[in-house]
Amino acid sequence: MKLLQGDVACAEGALAAGCNFYAGYPITPATEIMVRIARRMPESGGIFIQMEDEIASIMACIGASWAGAKAMTATSGPGFSLMQEGIGYAVMTETPLVIVDVQRSGPSTGQATMPMQGDVMQAKYGSHGDYSLIALVPSSAQEMYLFTARAFALAERLRTPVILLADEALGHMWETVQLTDVEVEDRKISREVWPSKTFLDENVAPMPIFGNGARALITGSTHDEYGIRKVNDPGHHKKAVSILKEKIERKREEIVTFKEFHTKDADSVVISYGSPFRSALEAVRELRNEGKKIGCIKLETIWPFPFSEIKVNRFSKVWVAEMNTGMVSGMVDGEVIESISEVHSSKLIKEAVNEG
Amino acid sequence: MKARDLRRYLRVQRNDFCPGCGCGQVLANFLRAIDERDINPDSLVLVSGIGCSGWIPNPNIMADAIHTPHGRAIAVATGIKLFNPALKVVVFTGDGDLAAIGGNHFIHACRRDLDMTIVCVNNSLFAMTGGQVAPTSKEGLVTPSTPYGNRERPFDLCELAKGAGAGMVARTSTGHPRKMIDFLKNSLMYEGFSFVEVLSQCPTHSKRDPYDELRDLMRVEDFCHSLR
Repeated sequence: MKLLQGDVACAEGALAAGCNFYAGYPITPATEIMVRIARRMPESGGIFIQMEDEIASIMACIGASWAGAKAMTATSGPGFSLMQEGIGYAVMTETPLVIVDVQRSGPSTGQATMPMQGDVMQAKYGSHGDYSLIALVPSSAQEMYLFTARAFALAERLRTPVILLADEALGHMWETVQLTDVEVEDRKISREVWPSKTFLDENVAPMPIFGNGARALITGSTHDEYGIRKVNDPGHHKKAVSILKEKIERKREEIVTFKEFHTKDADSVVISYGSPFRSALEAVRELRNEGKKIGCIKLETIWPFPFSEIKVNRFSKVWVAEMNTGMVSGMVDGEVIESISEVHSSKLIKEAVNEG
Repeated sequence: MKARDLRRYLRVQRNDFCPGCGCGQVLANFLRAIDERDINPDSLVLVSGIGCSGWIPNPNIMADAIHTPHGRAIAVATGIKLFNPALKVVVFTGDGDLAAIGGNHFIHACRRDLDMTIVCVNNSLFAMTGGQVAPTSKEGLVTPSTPYGNRERPFDLCELAKGAGAGMVARTSTGHPRKMIDFLKNSLMYEGFSFVEVLSQCPTHSKRDPYDELRDLMRVEDFCHSLR
């Protein structure tokens, strides 16, 4: 047990999962992740570099990943916007990579030291084109540690960028964390010399690594299974996009997790995620003490969004407590309990529920 | 010297360059350079960006080759080289890719002096999109995006690289094939950040008379400066 800041727990989770490359750029409220990694990385022989901007940071991670690294970068909203170019490229080239977004308020520079959950949609739809990826949402410093490690396992297993969508309150919160052993997933490496099929397999193609003599061919242009550009055939593009999406969607069962509290007898529910979940659960417990049959669902995976898994239709009334004007609530047809830039108090959630 | 068959370095036996494009010359001369230096292609990682120059290594050369987003080749190359310093990392870029959208990555890479080679094919235009003005275009140049003439001054890429701290800078042109091969060979052996600018022609989008353009390229004063 250690008393750690959420950002520091995230850095420790990455190292526990075998992260051996980190490129980043300072930004509040994610800087502490970089600072911790900068000091700790050389102890395990890994590489740390502070790049010239967030675009360079994610690109360096992509390069390192193709050289065989378990790579991570961390940022906040303004930097996350810049990284969208790299996220799209990582999706298209099937590059394993972990991106931590410690959300702060926006748009633009916003309030750098205030939390918000305004990047829920950007995490999935921020880059151009049509794609699927994975985004995990922690709600405690302990989960900053565990979910970061899980992000690495999923990234390696599915050859995809994975986003850890944290928020300022979690990043800067100090909490006891158990630095437990975590699942470490190693990459399925292709050792065949080109021409070898290293892309576009719904069951995840093995990945060549630079310097292995595989003569890998990689491009962000639409390509075939061998990495050869195919840019004049719309039918092929359609096929490529569907395979990239299907690669994630068919593993939903492995990816999607959420937790239910007091839902067995509940006829209404408060859905929440990230730091507001903590207040939501407290509010639900107080409401139950007052005799209300209400439950709480904590989302842990926000992309792919667990529409089919959480089955909101079993409740007659759904509230979503989130730090934005209604991103998840819009998706589940629930009523938003919004609190922009401030973690909800359980009082605010209770009042909203009691007002019906 | 006996001519050697360079086709064994090729992944595909055709390319997509326009007839007369300088990129084909840079491709051929790069293969001559690695052949004359006896560099094992399996030790190379070839990184390229967006633009005509991005197609020089990808898919043409049979080595690890990654074609990255516009302007980002050097940033990707930085990650590759840092994680596996045993690899010989070569970036192929154009003047738009390097000096416009990728300018920030370029100056910082010069400053870091990582051991990698940058080959910039400078045709002083955005050729792939139809010949628009670039940060390397001469003042007064008429292009589709400067219909009344370019009002801005061009970058001198070698001076920029030197000023930002590059260890080796060289300039030549497609009109000097032997010099190009020699400079590429030097840069591949140079331990540190090396920058080779190859002034090139665009027969498709340059509005100039091809003979005038060639005469100008022949007049380029080539040089190769190294700090070590």
